[in-house]
Amino acid sequence: MRDFWKRFRHNRGAVIGLVILAVVIATAIAAPFLFPQSPWKMVQRPFLPPFTQEGLPLGTDALGRDVLSGLAHGAYVSLLVGLVSTIVALAIGVPVGALAGYFVGRTDDALMRFTEFFQTIPSFALAIVLLAIFQPSLVFVIIAIAIVSWPPVARLVRGEVLSLRTREFVEAASLSGLSNSQIILRHVLPNALPPIIVLASLMVAQAILLESSLSFLGLGDPNIMSWGYMIGAARTVIRTAWWLSFLPGMAILLTVLALNLIGEGLNDALNPRLTRRSE
Amino acid sequence: MTKFILGRLVKAVFILLAILIFNFLLIHAAPGDPAAVMAGEAGAADEKFLADLRERFGLDQPLYVQLWTYLKGAVQFDLGFSYRQQLPVSQLIADRLPATLLLTGVAFVLSLVLGVIAGVAASARQGSWGDTAISTLALLFYATPLFWVALMASLVFSVWLEWLPGFGYATIGANYTGFAHAMDVAKHLVLPATTLGLFFMAIYMRMTRASMLEVSRLDFVKTARAKGLKRGVIQRRHILRNALLPVITLAGLQAGQIFGGAILTETVFAWPGIGRLMFEAINQRDYAVILGVFYISGAMVLLFNLITDVVYVIVDPRIRLTG
Repeated sequence: MRDFWKRFRHNRGAVIGLVILAVVIATAIAAPFLFPQSPWKMVQRPFLPPFTQEGLPLGTDALGRDVLSGLAHGAYVSLLVGLVSTIVALAIGVPVGALAGYFVGRTDDALMRFTEFFQTIPSFALAIVLLAIFQPSLVFVIIAIAIVSWPPVARLVRGEVLSLRTREFVEAASLSGLSNSQIILRHVLPNALPPIIVLASLMVAQAILLESSLSFLGLGDPNIMSWGYMIGAARTVIRTAWWLSFLPGMAILLTVLALNLIGEGLNDALNPRLTRRSE
Repeated sequence: MTKFILGRLVKAVFILLAILIFNFLLIHAAPGDPAAVMAGEAGAADEKFLADLRERFGLDQPLYVQLWTYLKGAVQFDLGFSYRQQLPVSQLIADRLPATLLLTGVAFVLSLVLGVIAGVAASARQGSWGDTAISTLALLFYATPLFWVALMASLVFSVWLEWLPGFGYATIGANYTGFAHAMDVAKHLVLPATTLGLFFMAIYMRMTRASMLEVSRLDFVKTARAKGLKRGVIQRRHILRNALLPVITLAGLQAGQIFGGAILTETVFAWPGIGRLMFEAINQRDYAVILGVFYISGAMVLLFNLITDVVYVIVDPRIRLTG
């Protein structure tokens, strides 16, 4: 663990990413306390530019809503959607990949064809179709994102399991009479964990991008203030109030960048052999 | 090679069929009357239109009969009728498809070419300030929401600087012909294509760089150096050729994503393609159009995949040697 932290710290980008993410998480947690009022509430006249009024440092949007409050509440939504949809995607992808890799042959063929189908069809269009047909509530947004993002997990886990299943310690476990499910859960998957963790951190970032794109198109939960919605709503007034689109976009950019940097740091720290080879 | 391509074609047909079955199941899984779903937002279509739909798709018959009717229609490019626009979906898509193919094609080529060049440049001097600059830029592009960078680019280059047109496919009312028309379209294409390509350029750049560095450590490169070949020759003929393979594979896999990005870029730049068509259909809950665009985009992705497969065969030195 100590080694892990030492290697992670060695990557300057990863540390910067961690700091940015900490700020975003803190904002998300503090949002309901700092801005107890609903972010949808009109607080001042519309189009108040940033840094012109005390108490409203980032001004107001086209409907007189507090932009800073919107950004803070949006941080919560982005992180929530990113995290939960990644967990759901892992819950689909890990079993599919593990089963395919462990029981090679027909099971593998069938599961991989299934995965390939989801990987081939345009994922963003699929998410749109799902949300357009079912109601775009927060739960469905999360489900839709998970449905389009699990295939890479399945492929990764399958590859790891394929290479692990012929190793001596798995054969030993099998000879000692452990059941298949025990071998997969106790011996194979824990060893496949490092690359899964790295992929998961990058998936959270992609999920946040996806959520913002969907909200931008008007397919987010209509009751929830999100960064993508803020940009979509400000799009028509970009000539007169460009900062209303600019600020939420910067928030997305920084959060996604932070997560990607952390992902790279985790990769370096969890796969020390790989790193040394590339040095 | 013919056998390989044929195999791919058969697989593509199966995936297209699967998309159609998926679409069919979605229509029936949606809450409410399937006829209302096909017609668009519930209550928007009149009774007669709904009755027609019920009869045509045999909605009172068993599910497998309905599926057969649906597939038979789709294979003949009958993708339903847009009640909102009073036009067949296939015609709406056919009208808009060329614009999307132009946009995604240009963005794809642009991102691949620039991404590979940047990746090669970065890997040639690993650790230099040039490498750092290129890698940092790629990291930024990779984290930027596509629709936002499109909005900001249109604000800066179209509204503020007035260098390039910020929306549409051609200047309205100009009626250019021939070369002047092509130039006009090209001008309109600059912002949508570059903003769509940025994200993918970042991916290809990172992949090329990593792949170049990996290949350059292999034994055959050492042999080439020992033979006294020039650095440039080794870079181009030995390393790049091999390093390109994973990049091409990745580019094929990304084809679907480029189309997804086009939905956003076309929306921002009012580019008259099927992505914009889909955005309009979302707002009007015009399901027949949404599902039709989804199906055609799947077909487009399969086509892109097929092209990258062919390119792969051409580039792969091993296949060349044995074939």
